[in-house]
Amino acid sequence: MSFATATTVEDALAALAGGARPVAGGTDLVVGARQGKAPLPESLVAIHRVAELAGITAADEGLRLGALTSHAEIASHPDVVDSYTALADASAIVGSHATRVHGTLGGNLMNASPAMETGGPLMCLDATVTLRSGGGGTRTVAVSDLFAGPGSTTARDDELLVYVEIPPPAPCTGSAYVRLEYRRQMEIAVVGATAVVALEGSTVSDARIAITALAPTIRRAAEAESALAGSDGGETAVAAAARAAAAASTPISDVRASERYRRAMAEVIARRAIGVALARARGEAVPVPASAVRP
Amino acid sequence: MKVAATLRVNGIAYPVEVEPGTSLLAAVRDEVGLTGSKEGCDDSECGACMMLLDGRPVNSCSYLALQAEGSEVTTVEGLADGRDLSPLQTAFLEHGGVQCGFCTPGMLISATALLERNPSPSEDDVRIALSGNLCRCTGYDGIVKAVLAVAPAAPPT
Repeated sequence: MSFATATTVEDALAALAGGARPVAGGTDLVVGARQGKAPLPESLVAIHRVAELAGITAADEGLRLGALTSHAEIASHPDVVDSYTALADASAIVGSHATRVHGTLGGNLMNASPAMETGGPLMCLDATVTLRSGGGGTRTVAVSDLFAGPGSTTARDDELLVYVEIPPPAPCTGSAYVRLEYRRQMEIAVVGATAVVALEGSTVSDARIAITALAPTIRRAAEAESALAGSDGGETAVAAAARAAAAASTPISDVRASERYRRAMAEVIARRAIGVALARARGEAVPVPASAVRP
Repeated sequence: MKVAATLRVNGIAYPVEVEPGTSLLAAVRDEVGLTGSKEGCDDSECGACMMLLDGRPVNSCSYLALQAEGSEVTTVEGLADGRDLSPLQTAFLEHGGVQCGFCTPGMLISATALLERNPSPSEDDVRIALSGNLCRCTGYDGIVKAVLAVAPAAPPT
């Protein structure tokens, strides 16, 4: 096995071109190896000291989050909490405090777990990732086009996720991410749902809904979105959207829940996520993380 | 192939030689020789291996030792001042926060990190912060009381 520490993106890209795999916080890669999911790669390049991959930059055009941005930074960033609240809901409940200070946004996305927390919020907020490769290659991919299957992305092995960008949301937008959990820390979503809604007066002008841990990848639920968009956001419309989100799910049975239980809970969790997103869009203060709010 | 590195643990620089896949926990226990941090689950579920990395808690069983080069590592051995226990350690003894002791190093590290970022936690804050640390003896009550005992009362919410 070989190991190198990169201090610039160019160093990291050269190592990837030579067949190395990147490690940042290690909270998926190393934990996965410990659990016996997959052995550590033969060649590793540590990217945790690449300064240009760190930090959140806010601008009129939205938010740029470097690949190394930790979940702790995201969950406590005032702009994320104010305007991209579903993402704060998600990062605030990843793992434990220890996971959140070392685990990175780039790692969370590229690990591509169907149960990852940040995928649904980023997909519904129209986020993109920028991938770089050696020799000056750069491309930008919508988060909704990033996931190819459980643990697999559409990025090539020589590409490094360098940052995530999120455009500013429309006025009167509220968002939320809610998951079903059994434990308050070190939990993985049993099922999860994201809702991003925009209001024009009392009408829902736009609705985005994504489901988590309910399909081979995080995915939007178009039927749920059309059930909510154009409605008054009342109980009937919310219930219909939640039912549609559950109907769009294709869950598996595993050690954490049966397929039937996941399907039943998908509706409950989607209803909660939509409810909190609507409340936030109406200007009500619902604290982060929304998962801690019991209806 | 082993790689030579320097790990700074509790303020002292230790030269080590480790495989790239060696965990920080294994390096500190087997190479540095500080065995206070424990291996429980070995996959980040239980928190018995918790150390501070530049002041932030890390599950050292699942962190690569070579990634810690250039950072300051603090283990449970670094919390006391010589033979004088820290106020938190003393409170653990006074409030029955220790039985078998296996989770205690991780609990102390986790609670130290909590008090660093939130000097006046509520009981709920303490319980949530310690949820990544499992204890199979005490039922947690003594541990939570010990942490609250060294924290000035949180303002009522």
